Amino acid sequence: MAATTQSQPILGPLPPASGRAGFGGTLASEFTKIRSVRSTYWTLLVLLVVSVGIGAAITGGTAASWSHMAPSDRATFDPTQASVAGLFYLGQLVIVVFGAMTLTAEYSTGMIRTSLTAMPRRTVVYAAKATIFAIVALVVTFVAAFISFFLGQLLLGSTHDTATLSQPNVLRAVVGSALYVTLCGLFAFAVGAILRHTAGTITAVIGVLFVVPILAHLLPQSWYQDVDRWLPDAAGRALSVTVGPPPGHLFSAWNQFAVFAVYTAILLVVGAVLFLKRDA
Amino acid sequence: MIEVRGLVKQYGAKIAVNDLSFDVEPGHVTGFLGPNGAGKTTTMRLILGLDYPDAGTSLIHGKRYAGLAYPMREVGALIDAKAVHGGRSAYNHLLCLAQTNNLPKRRVGEVLELVGLTDVARKRTRGFSLGMSQRLGIAGTLLGDPAVLMFDEPVNGLDPEGILWIRNLMKALAAEGRTVFVSSHLMSEMENTADHLIVIGRGSLLADCTMEEFIARSSGQTVRVRTPQPDLLAKAVSEAIPEATTAGAATAPPTATTESDGSLTVHGLTAAQVGDLAFDHGVRLHELTVVRASLEAAFMELTADSVEYRAGERPAEQPVPVSEGVI
Repeated sequence: MAATTQSQPILGPLPPASGRAGFGGTLASEFTKIRSVRSTYWTLLVLLVVSVGIGAAITGGTAASWSHMAPSDRATFDPTQASVAGLFYLGQLVIVVFGAMTLTAEYSTGMIRTSLTAMPRRTVVYAAKATIFAIVALVVTFVAAFISFFLGQLLLGSTHDTATLSQPNVLRAVVGSALYVTLCGLFAFAVGAILRHTAGTITAVIGVLFVVPILAHLLPQSWYQDVDRWLPDAAGRALSVTVGPPPGHLFSAWNQFAVFAVYTAILLVVGAVLFLKRDA
Repeated sequence: MIEVRGLVKQYGAKIAVNDLSFDVEPGHVTGFLGPNGAGKTTTMRLILGLDYPDAGTSLIHGKRYAGLAYPMREVGALIDAKAVHGGRSAYNHLLCLAQTNNLPKRRVGEVLELVGLTDVARKRTRGFSLGMSQRLGIAGTLLGDPAVLMFDEPVNGLDPEGILWIRNLMKALAAEGRTVFVSSHLMSEMENTADHLIVIGRGSLLADCTMEEFIARSSGQTVRVRTPQPDLLAKAVSEAIPEATTAGAATAPPTATTESDGSLTVHGLTAAQVGDLAFDHGVRLHELTVVRASLEAAFMELTADSVEYRAGERPAEQPVPVSEGVI
């Protein structure tokens, strides 16, 4: 690399500034950060492929075996839930990694020190990061949810048991799946702010979303029913059901979502306080 | 203008910064010196609000760093050149910094040009050498055209050309009236750059003086003489009357010591005085060389008691003694 030996800086003057650096600039900065690393595109591509692919596999497989299925199985088959199952079972895994890395990657690379030197008002940085993540996650999960849904219904066409968005609860299930997966990402973002460590965060969040529900099943049935409605992942299960009655021991779909949203909000606040108080 | 008052920072049982107070004035380069682990980086992190002090304050232009309206327009700080996301291009790295302070996009190109990274602007920083990373970091500090610049060990990992470039840049920035605060654990790096020195050891202030004062407080210069008649010259030196030199440090009588290679080292006289003395006494000279006091040695002496980690053995002989009353 050729070095230029400058005896005099050649920087031009800057336009005068008024007010103070705030949320808008940091929001633009966080968007630049998220769109300027390849891992974002890989992660979101994997999310789309996994969500749409698994949904297509389930619906396609069902359509292929439809003629051999028992009438009772046909009656309880939920074409909406089947089409978006890839998103809310496996898409959430991907978004958890993405959400966790949004903050923990700044710690593992050391970038956080540079970021907080450029914008020392930490609440602004935290809020901008969470906002940009939420927007990107919402866009991608909505796209994944609707592609999964329409592709799934297309593949189920031969069964003549398909869903349309105008049917009861179908739109709620599709939109709800996207919102649920986005919330999983924000949950991971908040845990990342608390733990500041990528692997630890992913392990903790997957433990809560995947392992705890399995352990809960080991409880006696009555205990399980009391505990299950307070588990974060119950939101996804409640929102995605469109055929038959929802699981009786759960709250209604949106209330179940609210439980998870409250958990996430609490963790986001705890994460913000720690982000503010701790040495970077 | 940076004002540090009574800063204290403790990590567990270890006191990293211990009641540190100093000012960094605009218009010159202030060297921030201390051995590894003396607390230089911690002090800079405290000034920038990356870490919170246990006591004391640090103000920039009379305000806490986090309270500045546009921090990057007032302070350009480089603590760790490798504190970047390696997957991001140099351009995007600088862009995301510029955006936080509403700085125009064109500025990114300008600073890249200034540090000589235009050709690799679109390359991911993962492949950058430490020298290129330092240049990128310095580019970031200049984005906001700040009046205060802080660099933590900026020449680490740079080749001689890069070191010269940074020195010239720092001097030029100070000449424009900016406050330039630069840390180093090597005196030799500061010798040709800094006008003012702040020396710390184990988190405490050891010296806060101009470079001239520091030089004067150190043992000054010596003269190396080669002669076929060393005994004669040594006798003449010991009988010579010392001339008053700067800073009143020359009250000790001049001495001549014989080195292992047979040359004489004269303390307390200038080269001209030694030459005249030799002429007066009819001593033939084969060499007469001014040996500048090693500031490095003076610095090592000053910080000898506060070095955090040292090799098992101390050197048998201190290279250059420091006159009394340095600290």
